[in-house]
Amino acid sequence: METVIIILSGILVTIATYLLLSKNLIKVILGTAVLTHAVHLLIMAMGGFYGSSVPIIGENSEEYADALPQALILTSIVISFAVTAFFLVLAYQVYKRTKTTDLKQLRGFRHE
Amino acid sequence: MLPIHLAIIFPFLTALIILLFLRRFKKIHLGWLVLIVPTILFIQLSTYIPKIASGQTFRNEMSWIPTFDINFLTNMDGLSLIFGLLITGIGTLVILYSIYYLATDPNVVQFYIYLLLFMGSMLGVVFSDHLMVLYVFWELTSISSFLLIAYWYQRKGSRYGAKKALHITVIGGFFMLVGFLMLHHLTGTFQISEMITQADTWKNDPLLTWIIVFVLIGAFTKSAQFPFHIWLPDAMEAPTPISAYLHSATMVKAGIYIVARFTPIFGGETIWFLLVSIIGLLTLFWGAFTAIRQTDLKALLAYSTVSQLGLIMTLFGVGSLSFHPQFSLEGTLYTQAIFAALFHLMNHSTFKGALFMIVGIIDYQIGTRDLRRLGGLASFMPISFTIAMIGSFSMAGLPPFNGFLSKEMFFTSMLQLKEMNIASITSLQTMATFFPIIAWLASVFTFIYCMMIVFQTFFGPFKIQNEEEAKEPSFGMLIPPIILGSLVVFVFFFPNILGDHIIKPAIYSIYPNVTADMIGSISQWHGFNTELKMTIGIIVLGTIIYVYLTYFKKVYIVFPRALSFDALYNNTLDKLDIYANKITNFYMTGYLRDYIAFIFSFFTVLLLGVFFYVDAFAFSIEGDATINIFAWILVGSIIIAGMTILFASSRMTAIIVNGYIGFAIAMFFVLFRAPDLALTQLVVETVTTALFLLCFYFLPEWEKEKPARKTKITNIIIAISVGVTFTLIALSVKSGRLFESISTYFEKSEELTGAKNIVNTVLGDFRAFDTMLEVIVLFIAGIGVYTLIKYKDKVEVKHDENE
Repeated sequence: METVIIILSGILVTIATYLLLSKNLIKVILGTAVLTHAVHLLIMAMGGFYGSSVPIIGENSEEYADALPQALILTSIVISFAVTAFFLVLAYQVYKRTKTTDLKQLRGFRHE
Repeated sequence: MLPIHLAIIFPFLTALIILLFLRRFKKIHLGWLVLIVPTILFIQLSTYIPKIASGQTFRNEMSWIPTFDINFLTNMDGLSLIFGLLITGIGTLVILYSIYYLATDPNVVQFYIYLLLFMGSMLGVVFSDHLMVLYVFWELTSISSFLLIAYWYQRKGSRYGAKKALHITVIGGFFMLVGFLMLHHLTGTFQISEMITQADTWKNDPLLTWIIVFVLIGAFTKSAQFPFHIWLPDAMEAPTPISAYLHSATMVKAGIYIVARFTPIFGGETIWFLLVSIIGLLTLFWGAFTAIRQTDLKALLAYSTVSQLGLIMTLFGVGSLSFHPQFSLEGTLYTQAIFAALFHLMNHSTFKGALFMIVGIIDYQIGTRDLRRLGGLASFMPISFTIAMIGSFSMAGLPPFNGFLSKEMFFTSMLQLKEMNIASITSLQTMATFFPIIAWLASVFTFIYCMMIVFQTFFGPFKIQNEEEAKEPSFGMLIPPIILGSLVVFVFFFPNILGDHIIKPAIYSIYPNVTADMIGSISQWHGFNTELKMTIGIIVLGTIIYVYLTYFKKVYIVFPRALSFDALYNNTLDKLDIYANKITNFYMTGYLRDYIAFIFSFFTVLLLGVFFYVDAFAFSIEGDATINIFAWILVGSIIIAGMTILFASSRMTAIIVNGYIGFAIAMFFVLFRAPDLALTQLVVETVTTALFLLCFYFLPEWEKEKPARKTKITNIIIAISVGVTFTLIALSVKSGRLFESISTYFEKSEELTGAKNIVNTVLGDFRAFDTMLEVIVLFIAGIGVYTLIKYKDKVEVKHDENE
């Protein structure tokens, strides 16, 4: 299962990278969102999927699922949410001021 | 008596005091106060003369960076004393002169601060016994010289000259630093005096050649040796007192000091002899030859300085032969070359200093120093004329001036070189013959430009418009050149006072084995020997050429300025500028896509390369959990959703699909037994999608991208290679567990923290500080969002309740 999840996150990384290379600001932000998903899956897979029970003491189980990746992902979800929100507002302001979301036109200078 | 440390620090301290307390000091000219510094130092150093002459040396040590074995070591012996006396003695006269020269200049505070910095660094160079300390002071002289040349920074020429001097001397300094570090590597010590005593132990090390080349590049750039001499004429944009001080008497002699100081260490190497003497001779010739071409008096003097420095360098090169294993028997002959070098070094400081000051006076009084506009000043400025004549004739090597004595000794050394069979150490069979010939020819040119200084300035038709200007300056301005001029004559008649008390001790510090009778004394008359005939020949040929100078100058057509080293320097700088711009503009496109492409490509290549190189790839599905049908469905649906984003024609589709991926991952979290994550993910994904949709209200619908085929293919390649790298590395990491998981520790959460939810204890207890910082990040992001939409609708950043 871990192998499958890693390959899945690899595919998501490919998609995210392609989106990041786009010239549309919105697609770039979307790319970061997809990248976040990929990374969450990766962290999960790295912890391994052993354990038959949720990591709450007192569940009738000998083996708990690994709690550490879960804690890390929890932090990551929240932070990436904040970053996405900031990006979106930034994009909004950029568009408001420049009337474009095309990164090629947003270079600020030209020397051709 | 003043310890040497304090002598070095004294000028720096004075500069600081001026900067802090005396900036608005207007009662008397600041120069009078500054004058005290070199005067005290000169008197103090003079008191060392008898002690040094009796063979003592004075060492001081002060801890600086003991961890790196870098300590402020000073060592005063005969050699450093000569330079110390020159620096403080000429310094005194120059400051006295500058008081009149810069009488009305508003920026004298800066001038004297820079000058004191320079003086301190220069003393530091000659008294340091530690390579690194020496290097620090060495670069300080370059920097303070830069500041002084650019003193009239409003002028374009000043800025250009200052920059050029800095470029060349600092680059040379870097070479020297490399040489010093290699030397340290070879000898295991930073202390110069220690190296000298151990010089024999690593005589034939192959590294030595490189050290010699690097150290010499440093010395040659500073001492304006061919082809690095080009900075010196441009440095003449500095005020004349500076030119007199830095560019004739002190800074340019720092390179000579280095050569003299390291002669006992490197002298035995053939390459040292070849480089120092041949470059010196070439510089001597080229400087003298080019000087005749000049029309600016200061430029002429600059080239003459270049040439004279070459002469001294040549003598040091020849003198170094006495350390050569094959020449130890004839050693005394070569020590005489060093004697001549040091003697000429001092003589040069006197007559060149005087000449610079006179040129400064002419410039100051008449407003030009262009030879084509000068003439007939002898009757208007008789004192200046006399001093200029003394200086020029001394430089030309005529009696009864000190230049004659050292010039004769120079010829002696050159002629003796011919008698030695130096072909035994070099394959250059004819070189020995060329030495005296080139030296003689260069001296002919020297004679010619010396005559130009005297006759073109002071004789001939009077060309100045305003006769009022053509008069002697105030007497104070004349005192320093008069003192120097008198010294020129005095030394001719009593050369042995200088020779016995100052120069001989210096020679002992270079050659510890030499005794006084091996050097002999200086005499004015040697009989009608070859040297004298050479001098007479110079006068005859020189006069002939001088008379037909206009015809002779046609020779220079062969040397167009476009092919000069100056042009090379300028072109190099220009081209460097242009290409640096082009290269930077090539990759700094300002386009986000390009930067991301660079970063991703770089890391892909780097990581894949390293993994291939160390063969770290691994793949194993051992220990994998079993996968059920439910998971397969999720995996398949996420892949399809991801593809849909790529090909979505509407942003709405894209964001909904992105939301779907988020929810699918929340399902995964459920499968992976992570209820907290699943909950958070669901909430955040909902809010994020809502946020996207909200923004879309304000943002335009995305246009169908139609990137160029090439860009598109590149993007696909980069994206796929990033994905592949990511997957390969992740699989390798998964397949090779190096450590046991630390997670079991957290399973004791109930006994450690009293809470049952392990994930929550990790966040709220074990890593509580981390979580707090995370909240701060959220807070900052919230402020950022708020600020960005301040005047518009408020976008609420909902902090997650799971925090």
